[in-house]
Amino acid sequence: MEDEAPRHDEDGTDFHAIGAKHAAVAESVELLVIGAGEAGLAAAIEAARAGVQVMLVDENPLGAGLVGMDVPLLFGNRWTAAVQNQGRMTEQLLATNPGLEEAFELGVDVRLGTYAWGAFVAGPNLKSLPGPAVGLADEARSWLCGFKHLIIATGARDLVYSFAGFETPGVIGALGFSSLLTRYEAFNGHRLVILGSGDLAVQTATLAFNRGLEVAALVEVRSAPQADVSALVARGVEVITGHAIQEARGTAEGVASAILADVGSGNQRAVSCDTIVLAIGAVPVVELADVAGARLRRSDAGAYVPTVENAPDGVFFAGDCAGLGGDAAVDGRVIARSVMRSLGHEVTAAEPSVRTPLAPADTDAYHMEWMRALIAAGGLDVVACSCEEVTRRDVLTVQPPRYLGAPIDRRDISTLTQDGPVNQDQIKRLTRACMGPCQARRCREQVAMLLAIGADVPLAQVALAGYRAPVRPLPLGVLAAADESPEMAEGWNVWFGIRKQWIPYADIGTEREIDRAGRMMHF
Amino acid sequence: MSDRKAASVIIIGGGVTGLSAAWWLAREGVDVLVIEKGIVGWEASGRNGGGCTHYQSPLFDEEQRLWPQMDELLGYPTEYRRERVIIALTQAQLAQYQDHGDICKGMGYHYDILDAKQTRSLVPLAGDNVVGAVHYRFGGQANPQRTVQAYAWAAQDHGARILQHTAVSSLVMEGGHIKAVETDRGRFDCDHLVLAAGPQTAALLETIGIYLPMAPARAEMIVTEPLPLMAIGGVDGNGLYGRQTLRGNLAYGGGPHEWLEDTPAIGGSTARPSTQLLQNLSKRLVELFPKAAHVRVIRSWAGIIENTPDGRPVIERLREPDNLIVTTMSSVGFGLSPATGHAIRDLVMEGRCSFADIDKLGLDRFSNLPRDWRERQGWVPSGVSAATTTQRNAAIL
Repeated sequence: MEDEAPRHDEDGTDFHAIGAKHAAVAESVELLVIGAGEAGLAAAIEAARAGVQVMLVDENPLGAGLVGMDVPLLFGNRWTAAVQNQGRMTEQLLATNPGLEEAFELGVDVRLGTYAWGAFVAGPNLKSLPGPAVGLADEARSWLCGFKHLIIATGARDLVYSFAGFETPGVIGALGFSSLLTRYEAFNGHRLVILGSGDLAVQTATLAFNRGLEVAALVEVRSAPQADVSALVARGVEVITGHAIQEARGTAEGVASAILADVGSGNQRAVSCDTIVLAIGAVPVVELADVAGARLRRSDAGAYVPTVENAPDGVFFAGDCAGLGGDAAVDGRVIARSVMRSLGHEVTAAEPSVRTPLAPADTDAYHMEWMRALIAAGGLDVVACSCEEVTRRDVLTVQPPRYLGAPIDRRDISTLTQDGPVNQDQIKRLTRACMGPCQARRCREQVAMLLAIGADVPLAQVALAGYRAPVRPLPLGVLAAADESPEMAEGWNVWFGIRKQWIPYADIGTEREIDRAGRMMHF
Repeated sequence: MSDRKAASVIIIGGGVTGLSAAWWLAREGVDVLVIEKGIVGWEASGRNGGGCTHYQSPLFDEEQRLWPQMDELLGYPTEYRRERVIIALTQAQLAQYQDHGDICKGMGYHYDILDAKQTRSLVPLAGDNVVGAVHYRFGGQANPQRTVQAYAWAAQDHGARILQHTAVSSLVMEGGHIKAVETDRGRFDCDHLVLAAGPQTAALLETIGIYLPMAPARAEMIVTEPLPLMAIGGVDGNGLYGRQTLRGNLAYGGGPHEWLEDTPAIGGSTARPSTQLLQNLSKRLVELFPKAAHVRVIRSWAGIIENTPDGRPVIERLREPDNLIVTTMSSVGFGLSPATGHAIRDLVMEGRCSFADIDKLGLDRFSNLPRDWRERQGWVPSGVSAATTTQRNAAIL
């Protein structure tokens, strides 16, 4: 590492700048599809049929570590030991997804158990990339896959609200639940209380029934169900309207009952269950799109989705991550045809994409009603961000984390708003809410709702907090570059490698300056 | 906040330098207005390694004197922690770190040399690859985001006004003096102006015909999930800078920078993208802390910083206009900020820095610099255009 001959300053090159130091991608493909759900699978098959070279990446089966961290869905510690056997889970996945077999037969390069942790595309302040690429990883290593076109079909994740006892095993998201039940056949609960009464809740309850589980109740904060629940009622499900959950009561073993509170009177009632399913809403998974440089906008259905018009070069979005609702498979095929067209393939007229919003038009109001009812039922001392143990009150009063032992009593959200619009990234930095290992999947939306309450602004005015690579929490040892260019190793410097920068002030302009500069290494 | 469109002192830039200056001035009752185009501390000031150990600066003594008092002085936590350990994995690294230690020793600061065993005992995450370390019994590190907000709040507590989301477009000169600044919210009059606008400083100065050579660049850091606290948070080395936060996260940066156009795109998610460099950072961090290989990386970020041609700051009250103080810390501003604010306060109120000689940090040292200095030094933006990228990618296929 010793730098004998100075290779910096005034010689026309900067040895320590990025230059062409990035390693070449490990592999490359014409069309890379991230996510083998309905949209991604349909897109991959459609493109492969037309002769496009396709790689289809899906993170399922997830490593047990991520399942335990509730990444990417709220699995709620309600799985059987089966999830620890990734090999068996792969077989399971293939058995339950006939489309994967079709993709294999069409020559799609299907990669299961593979995480997409970043997407890197040239942009205004980023021109040093060897080419557009997606960062991939399995349980052992990471690498880059270059692409000509990228379809991001990362689906949706659970909309999570916390309440007292939220971390008791058995508090699960509707999507986490259906993933464990149908994708992995590894769900270990029996009797469910489902929060919400809209389409997602009804679908969840119906799925549970069809798999032989018991559904004790649907809980709805509003005075009437938000979807047609008659079939469920006919099967004996109680629909408890005008209630929110106050507490998940149980032991370290798991939930034993859901304590519900009447929104009007506050009166409590308990419903015995071993699982509480959050089925109030879902959130498009836009983190990879954001990292790739997509511009996100808030849709009419109250969710942030990537805009198609100014997407990064070669990047497309399909299915739920582009907007909840509609037929994801149709959407996948439509997007695949757009890609094929831009690859120069002849494409017959596309089927129309039917994207009817799944969520009601007043989604924001509905989500906020839940938030307010949960606060009324549980108070402000309920933890909103589990990873960092930040309570609702801490968010509203912008408290520094407790380990600093320096509570602040003269600032809160409203004093901050005197200086400018409330900003979730700023609140993250100050309170640490949303800064934990689950990468805010369990708290991002509810913290935004708390900010809307604290600042007294519509939820839509709370700007989306940014996403950062790696969009999956992966170990240092996995992310560590296996292929590093010699230039990267040789040209590495702790900072800019400007020798003069580190010469003591007193030596500037003296004879010692040159001597000092000669002794500065470049690592 | 008062809507009055004037102040005795206007500070352009709500970064760590401008906010510290605002705090220093406001606590003496000066009427200060900070004008910030976004949110305080949003750029490099809030996204850096948090180091507070800068022996090369004439402000070093003041930096060392002030940091241990900052929480109390500001009234808000900065997460400052004392001391620093720099781990060497090669003999050459160790020699370099000792060289730096000796410079500090010459200025009256003590450091110890640790052998491999001592290093591992002090830094449990270190591994068998350690050659040794230097242990600075001075210096330290703090949380940049928290510190920036602490300056802002403390300045407000003393009556300073901070106007966010307001972009300055030009400086207004009248009769050889700065009279005002023009912004997207109109004109603001002032008696003194402090320019501390990071990468925007040069462009603003150019509006009154003064040339400040600087080049912006993007650099990156990564952060892991929390780990049990080590005895000393400021542990780095192996080509990395960074720290363990008081929460326990490892936050580290280093490696190549990407030079950007003179006026980089600022703001929004595409303005400061991080890249696959996080793989290279992870590799070096595992080398530095082999026992942390299982620890998960949960974030990365990039920031835009500016450098002058010699990498040294400009802190100067100009001769003309004589009510203008120009500052750029040339990529090393956070740790020095308590002292920089003090120096700026002195320049505004007394015309000279009372506690240190900063004469070598004047703008006139660049008066003979050729305008194509960036090309001459190779500090030029990466030339790979989007079109070339696609071609290259096609070639790979």
